[in-house]
Amino acid sequence: MVDHSAVGRRLASVTARVEPGQLRFFRATLGEANPVYSDAEAAKAAGYAATPVPPTYLFCLEMMGSEHAFEFLDIIGADLSQILHGEQRFSYKAPVMLGDTLRFEPRIAAITDKKGGAMTLAVIETRVTNQHGAHVADCARTVVILNKVAA
Amino acid sequence: MSETHRLSVGDRVVHKAFPPITRHKLALYCGASGDHNPIHVDIDFAKAAGYPDVFAHGMLVMACLGQALTDAVPPQRLRTFATRFVAITQLGAQLTCEGHVAELVDHEGERCAKLALTTKDENGDVKLSGEAVIAL
Repeated sequence: MVDHSAVGRRLASVTARVEPGQLRFFRATLGEANPVYSDAEAAKAAGYAATPVPPTYLFCLEMMGSEHAFEFLDIIGADLSQILHGEQRFSYKAPVMLGDTLRFEPRIAAITDKKGGAMTLAVIETRVTNQHGAHVADCARTVVILNKVAA
Repeated sequence: MSETHRLSVGDRVVHKAFPPITRHKLALYCGASGDHNPIHVDIDFAKAAGYPDVFAHGMLVMACLGQALTDAVPPQRLRTFATRFVAITQLGAQLTCEGHVAELVDHEGERCAKLALTTKDENGDVKLSGEAVIAL
């Protein structure tokens, strides 16, 4: 069963740079053709100092920058074959652009059993700041853990 | 791009269809996203976990919805973007992302529109349900 005492625990912070090659790989995978994400002039015309990242890319940066992307599973006592992504939220405070170096500070915000213990929801909230110390975003993901219930 | 300052409740703002999700796409997204959970790319792992086959990363589907969203709304106007992953998105799914203005709201002192968003497959089954707040 999931360890509920992990609520409030901080996970390892992650530092990640927005790298052009990785970002190109992401855009190519998604077929992202919006010039604001690839053309510095289009980005400037939209008011950005450099090309911004697509709206879900913060999630990728945190995983790519992590030494142990699934650390929380070890902490709460679950494994990869048991989990599904339940919900995801981004709150954007300031632009994130090519060349930025971001710091992610995740913590386990909540753990709740559902359906008589057949599943557990774990919420991980992450504050994101940039190289200037500006608060650029908050992220929250809800992970569904399908518990192995004895029949 | 939408003229966001003219939006009214009920306006259909977001509409984009995507090609079928292939195994190749899942492999590329695994590398491009840093999400290396084998359940999305390794059929042996997926079967051992009780699934008939690999399936799409929720965040791949949300990335499609995000693309549909910022095709319609300049990204600098995006304040929040949230989704609930309603059902697993299977291989071969042909996704359509849609969004309309649900209400006009005040968000942290700024006049905004709240968009109701959905992603459905070719059978009309809802995969993602979400919302975005955009500045007017």
